[in-house]
Amino acid sequence: MLFTSYSFILFLCVLISLYYLIPKRLQWKLLLLGSFVFYFFSGWSNLLYILATIVSTYFIGLKIDELNRKQADYLKENKEKLTKEEKKLYKEKIKAKQWSWLLACLFFNLGILAVVKYTNFAIANINSVLSIFRMTELSFVNIILPMGISFYTFKTMGYIIDVYRGKYEPERNIGKLALFVSFFPQLVQGPISRYDDLAQTLYQEHSFEPKTFSFGFQRVLWGYFKKLVIADRIVAAVLTITRNPEKYDGIYVLVGMVFYAIQLYADFTGGIDITIGVSQMLGIEVKENFIRPYFSKSIEEYWRRWHITMGTWFRDYIFYPLSVCKPMLNLSRFSRNHFGDKIGKRIPVYTATLVVWFTTGIWHGSSWNFIVWGLLNGIIILISQELQPLYEKFHQKVKIGDTFGFRLFRIGRTFLLMSSLRILDCYRDVGISFKMFFSMFAKPDLKPLIDGSLLKLGLDMADYIVLIAGVILLVSFSLIQRKGSVREMLSAKPAVLRYSIYIVLFFTVLVFGAYGIGFDSNQFIYNQF
Amino acid sequence: MEELLRILEELHPEIDFNTHEHLIDDKILDSFDIVTLIAEINDEFDVSIPAHEIVPENFNSAKALYSLIERLKDED
Repeated sequence: MLFTSYSFILFLCVLISLYYLIPKRLQWKLLLLGSFVFYFFSGWSNLLYILATIVSTYFIGLKIDELNRKQADYLKENKEKLTKEEKKLYKEKIKAKQWSWLLACLFFNLGILAVVKYTNFAIANINSVLSIFRMTELSFVNIILPMGISFYTFKTMGYIIDVYRGKYEPERNIGKLALFVSFFPQLVQGPISRYDDLAQTLYQEHSFEPKTFSFGFQRVLWGYFKKLVIADRIVAAVLTITRNPEKYDGIYVLVGMVFYAIQLYADFTGGIDITIGVSQMLGIEVKENFIRPYFSKSIEEYWRRWHITMGTWFRDYIFYPLSVCKPMLNLSRFSRNHFGDKIGKRIPVYTATLVVWFTTGIWHGSSWNFIVWGLLNGIIILISQELQPLYEKFHQKVKIGDTFGFRLFRIGRTFLLMSSLRILDCYRDVGISFKMFFSMFAKPDLKPLIDGSLLKLGLDMADYIVLIAGVILLVSFSLIQRKGSVREMLSAKPAVLRYSIYIVLFFTVLVFGAYGIGFDSNQFIYNQF
Repeated sequence: MEELLRILEELHPEIDFNTHEHLIDDKILDSFDIVTLIAEINDEFDVSIPAHEIVPENFNSAKALYSLIERLKDED
């Protein structure tokens, strides 16, 4: 069931009506039922995967907590008898048992993710080696990737690691944990919420608040506008360019790159707007996943503002644990002693950064394109880190200051850099991606921009007018947003103006949305991750 | 505390770590700084700061960081 389908709208109407009609203590149960119904419609076999994750995480969470309690009781009972050393040894023994349970949970759940997502990728790589030796190749397996598995697995693994770390106690009600894992607005493409951020608001009783509901509805409408009017329209040109690299190279690659940046932004942030808006209509607060990322002045800043919950997940559960673990610190010490301070200090940061970006790449998709894309992001971040002293020296000598023009230059540079990296998302393999990138410089012919060729990419003049107006609206919205909530500002305006804007937006989505047959438009890009 | 201030000043000589109380919130210390800092603390104070202690409250000021080191030493 896609967000952009009639069945979803119908599902939402029924669910929200019931939600505010039934006794409030039953609201979270209704959400759980609704989430399972939503997931069931994406394929009943998918339910087995998510149930396996819920059940395993639930019991292992309880087991880890049981060991905590056992330790507390034992230490209390033997407070006088045990020496400090004995207490320490006992704690270490318990921690080791908890570690084993945590590992079991991680192996089981990440194992499921690995099998369903990467088996065919592994087979393809094995086959390319086998073909060198002219050996019989392995056949591919027929596995359907359960919807949202990368998102809910990461969400759940964050939960179990936090329980292990003692950040909070495990959820004792399996139904409530199941709701946290399967909350339907987040199933499709995140955000990857943390249990301590979401649980409270998810299980609370919610009264109907007209203002919150209306804000949620406006956000949903805005999401549909981005997805249906912009993303699903511009996708035609993106596909024409990227699926025919032999025909569309040179300046077309730049056009495709910029169009894809618009498509991805409208698609992903539009989807998240729908997620956050639907949650808000239910009275549930979900953390933001984007802060106007295309206004970033550097790649590091971009990654702090784009898909925030994924970035912080990788930082908290991979980057930090890996870079401050004992073996890494020992390696750092060893390198400092043997290769000097400069190199030694960099070892943990460099290693952890590359591991994180490799994982980020492969999380996005099981292909070399994504792995190379991830690693390139990491490498550029490291290079810009290394060049920092040089930038500072340059700025000391050349007084540019924080002028509007310089800020604009930095924003444009970051946008182009990130868009160039995303070429790897679009083409069928790494080789073609690089070839297309370099063709922009090898064939700098600007004629297609003015000779009407752009009208042969699957978009006509009317489409371009809608797109230009849409993009102007997106940029203006972001600019206004810097001063505060646009919806708050709107709510202060006279009712006639306010409702006119809502109605215009509603009809814009209806009239200008790029609908497919039966209003089942394109799948969200992040659904596939 | 002096030793900790020395390590911090080596990372960012332009900051007055005696008075600054929003090192994370103001984005003065980034994740790279934090990792370098933890490695140095490990060497100088023989204390390992686990990943789950890397939260803004523990790294927002030199004072908070010093309290964390003291607490971890006691737990040892």
